[in-house]
Amino acid sequence: MSEIDYAALKKGGFMRQVQKDKFSMRLKVIGGQLQAEQVFRIAEVAKKYGRGYIHLTSRQGVEVPFISVGDIEVVKKELAEAGVKVSVCGPRVRTVTACQGSAVCPSGAVETTALAEELDARYFGKQMPHKFKIGVTGCRNNCLKAEENDLGIKGGIFPEWKAGACTFCGLCVAVCPVGAIALDAVAPNAGAPNVLASDKEKPSLEKSSFEKPSFEKPSSLSFDSGKCVYCGKCVRSCPSSAWQGRGGYLLSFGGMFGNEIKEGLRLIPLVFDREKVLKAADVAVRFYQEHGKAGERFGRTLMRTGADDLKRALEEAIR
Amino acid sequence: MSDQNAGGVDARVDITGVVCPVTFVKTKVALEELEDGQVLELRLSAGEPIQNIPRSLKDEGHKVLSVRLLDDGAYLLTVRKGGLAV
Ligand code: SF4
Ligand code: SF4
Ligand code: SF4
Repeated sequence: MSEIDYAALKKGGFMRQVQKDKFSMRLKVIGGQLQAEQVFRIAEVAKKYGRGYIHLTSRQGVEVPFISVGDIEVVKKELAEAGVKVSVCGPRVRTVTACQGSAVCPSGAVETTALAEELDARYFGKQMPHKFKIGVTGCRNNCLKAEENDLGIKGGIFPEWKAGACTFCGLCVAVCPVGAIALDAVAPNAGAPNVLASDKEKPSLEKSSFEKPSFEKPSSLSFDSGKCVYCGKCVRSCPSSAWQGRGGYLLSFGGMFGNEIKEGLRLIPLVFDREKVLKAADVAVRFYQEHGKAGERFGRTLMRTGADDLKRALEEAIR
Repeated sequence: MSDQNAGGVDARVDITGVVCPVTFVKTKVALEELEDGQVLELRLSAGEPIQNIPRSLKDEGHKVLSVRLLDDGAYLLTVRKGGLAV
């Protein structure tokens, strides 16, 4: 190989190094997960063709540095045998990152791993005006930093209160981090403790539970959905299961955290239906492909065009 | 579950002086000392402890009976050990 096509190599996930003719090979990881067999093979390759170490990137990627130009094909082949693929760089849809989500993490509001795989299958490597990052995080704790992605997806819990089951213990008022819940004026817990009602059988949430509670204590609760940040703490804490939650996805658009820093825009409310999440993702990807200028990040495109058109298209898609 | 402990508590623990994860540990230890059905009074700080301790109590099957915001901004909870078991 006399002339090295650096652009082609970079596209194929081989990053030029300071050291001449050496490349840091970026491997494909979806949602931060690799099978043990893949890890073993990567280790072997790093020993055999690299310098015996791997580098973990900031977006859950794995790189094997110090791969020689002449070894590229054989390295790719050995990795492929264990199901390890090389990633991409440049103006494309990059690695889809994800936390472990509700399948593993007790805080998780939504499933993340399969969603990341689905997004990867749809978009990975697609040509874009500039790099395009997608990240999925399972809840408001935001371990995966959703809003710094061009398309960020974050799990949220939309809480619903069932009056009949509530014992007005006041716990949800105390746990809500944003003061979205209040009990009525009667000082909720002054004087006698509220054990009377809570000691009934575990309340069921049948339809009949909408009836008014039969005791005279704080007897109404107000919920300001505009303040709610969908953290689900009320749902998780309520001892009477009076708060029920529906898991959904909060999307953000045009985030970036590189040369320029910008938080992704929240253009639409919580989306409950996964199909609609994918539809919205399609809309965003298409919008950027159509309106983005070469070398312009999605967030920049939105600053230039304004976000109204995208917002309308998204609203249409999730209707 | 009978109401034998309504109004009264069987043990008290104050976790306002410790931070996560000791908050969880102290609470767990205090509950272990009790029998099912007995009531623990738990004093905990606003912020992270009040947001996170109650849900772990629920996950472990204990039932928060009452919550009171104290003048100093801390919370006083009464918790029935195993109170969520049917
Ligand atoms: S973002 Fe939420 S679900 Fe994901 S790892 Fe963090 S706490 Fe768990
Ligand atoms: S925590 Fe549950 S039972 Fe207690 S006041 Fe809130 S909704 Fe009612
Ligand atoms: S989901 Fe979180 S923010 Fe919304 S009401 Fe419940 S505790 Fe408050």
